[in-house]
Amino acid sequence: MYVCPIRSDSPKNNVLQQGNAYLSMTTTEINWNSIYEFLTGPALWFTFIFFIGGLLIRMALLFHLSRKKDRVIYNHFNMDWGLRSIFHWLVPFASASMRQQPIFSIAAFSFHLSLVAVPLFLSAHILLWEEALGVTLWSIPDGLSDALTLIFIAAALFLIIRRRIRPEVRILTSAWDYTLLVITMLPFITGFLAYHQWGPYEVMLILHIVLSQILLILIPVTKLAHMVLFFFTRAFIGFEMGGRRGARSW
Amino acid sequence: MSKVGEKKFEFEDDTGKPVDVDQVRAILKANDGARIKTWLSICSRCGLCAESCFVYVANDRDPRLSPAYKFRHTLGEMYRRKGNVDRAFLEKCYQIAWLQCTMCKRCSMYCPFGIDVATMIAITRSICHSQGITPKQLAFFSDHCDKTGNHMGIPVEELVDTCEWMVEEVEDDYKGVTIPIDQPDTKYMYTVNPREPVYYPQDISYAAIIFAAAKESWTMPTFGWDCTNLPMFAGNRKLAGKQVKNVYNKAEELNAGYILITECGHAYRSMVFEGPYMAGYPDGMPPVKVKHYVQLMYEYLRDGRIQIDPAKKIKEPITYQDPCNVSRNGGLWEHARKIIPYIAEDFRDMAPNREHNHCCGGGGGIMPMGPDYKPYRMASGKLKADQIRQTGAKIVITPCHNCFDQVNDLSEEFELGIKALSFKEIIVESMIVPDHMKLDPEK
Repeated sequence: MYVCPIRSDSPKNNVLQQGNAYLSMTTTEINWNSIYEFLTGPALWFTFIFFIGGLLIRMALLFHLSRKKDRVIYNHFNMDWGLRSIFHWLVPFASASMRQQPIFSIAAFSFHLSLVAVPLFLSAHILLWEEALGVTLWSIPDGLSDALTLIFIAAALFLIIRRRIRPEVRILTSAWDYTLLVITMLPFITGFLAYHQWGPYEVMLILHIVLSQILLILIPVTKLAHMVLFFFTRAFIGFEMGGRRGARSW
Repeated sequence: MSKVGEKKFEFEDDTGKPVDVDQVRAILKANDGARIKTWLSICSRCGLCAESCFVYVANDRDPRLSPAYKFRHTLGEMYRRKGNVDRAFLEKCYQIAWLQCTMCKRCSMYCPFGIDVATMIAITRSICHSQGITPKQLAFFSDHCDKTGNHMGIPVEELVDTCEWMVEEVEDDYKGVTIPIDQPDTKYMYTVNPREPVYYPQDISYAAIIFAAAKESWTMPTFGWDCTNLPMFAGNRKLAGKQVKNVYNKAEELNAGYILITECGHAYRSMVFEGPYMAGYPDGMPPVKVKHYVQLMYEYLRDGRIQIDPAKKIKEPITYQDPCNVSRNGGLWEHARKIIPYIAEDFRDMAPNREHNHCCGGGGGIMPMGPDYKPYRMASGKLKADQIRQTGAKIVITPCHNCFDQVNDLSEEFELGIKALSFKEIIVESMIVPDHMKLDPEK
């Protein structure tokens, strides 16, 4: 069976089947159900294995390399300073750098918050988690998910525009930086359109799934790996500056 | 930097010989650890580092001066090209690594990922150095270090003569001021910047007076007395290791309790933090305890071993220049701030300060690179000049030779009407001369 990521009590619950019924009458027959089942079955497993496995392998390789070449990490390792450093960069405006650039900080914080919260805790995704893993996660109300999605898109647009207009950022930015930002936005845009049934639902839903999978697959092999590596580099500078010298790196 | 204009630079090796790519690759490979790999791969080009950099801010926010731009167009580019670079590229790296970055390390605190740009610029310097693309003056001083153990190339006899002369100079004012030479088993082995015996010999006599007043057990070594490390700034890591080892070994030989460092910034960073790695100590710790002069002076004042005459406290407004390598990279910003209430009445702190201070513009070796580079120092130092002006202070205290000279240059360039002073000088001028140092009245 397949699970449609639309709540069963929603009036829209049978749209996928209705769409199929309609399409099956046309000459070009697309079997949405089998595409959907493939994408949420084997393709999804592959994606998660690549995403989590890729990040684990990248961390393992770096750990192995660090044991050989980065004595300075282990000589001065200090958990307390490391955690303080991470904490001050996760909480909005807890670092001098964030306070210095408040608009960017608000945008970047909303961007990351939505990026983590919506995919994990959207109620439609909660059903998928249940189906696949048998665990029921806490879910956020659909209205809030909608708001966070719009905030995310606005924040991402802000980041793109900022890259265009701030000379010091523009000079650093490559086409790939824009591409990654767009790739990060697309699952949100398609998900939003699919949920609201704007545009062709089946296409949106399939696009949403495929684009999300592309994003997840890219994370371990691009700068997006900062979702885990951030914790290591931030901790390091925390104890390199703090543990060794007492200087707060935030 | 554009306003400074294009200039032909003098390198250690001006023959224009082609780059030895294998040698560059070897250095890249040796440094290709987990930190460098991670920093280079996760920098998200957010540009947040730009505002933290005094060179960027002071030079009309030229986007090519942001820390991210600087490391990506030097070391980052070298890794991308797998070391396959030519001389023209390394000469560009030279400008970035020596003229546009003092390795003050402020940006790593302002980067969300804590990317340590200073470390990457230091590696860039090593690579340039390996191809002879080193500032001529730094290479000249390094050569002195190699041959004589001190960057001014001062022979032992001259140092000893200077010390004797300084003792004679103060004989008319104080009793019992001595400079013990090579004495074993003392508490402090005092190490200085070779600029002191050459340009500021009175600094040595100030130290001797303070030691005498505090009845301290100390000695001046005849070798390993240069605590500075210009080879470190030249990118000559091997010689930089030898330079600190000279000091460590001498302190061990004399069985000194501490290596004491004069009012110098990079000497402290080199001796305590970078030196052990450059000299090959696997635990990254100096083999002998190291103390900076601001720590010692704070202890003397706190313990009453030196007493200040309240009538001689400085009345004029003063401010304090946090040397990057004493404060942010040394962790000693509070010591200075605890000394100041003893010696001055009107202290006005700069903003930002402590570990968030801005470099004066004279750090990272650009000061000893000579007068040709003064325009760069002045352009980048504008931020410091503005900071000083905003405090309204007339005196800037700073326990670092580079900051000291830079602040005086800034005062002249930007007509600040201020003067730089060291703690030693102020303390000697304002202390109550203890009875054991008073001259006998009948003489």
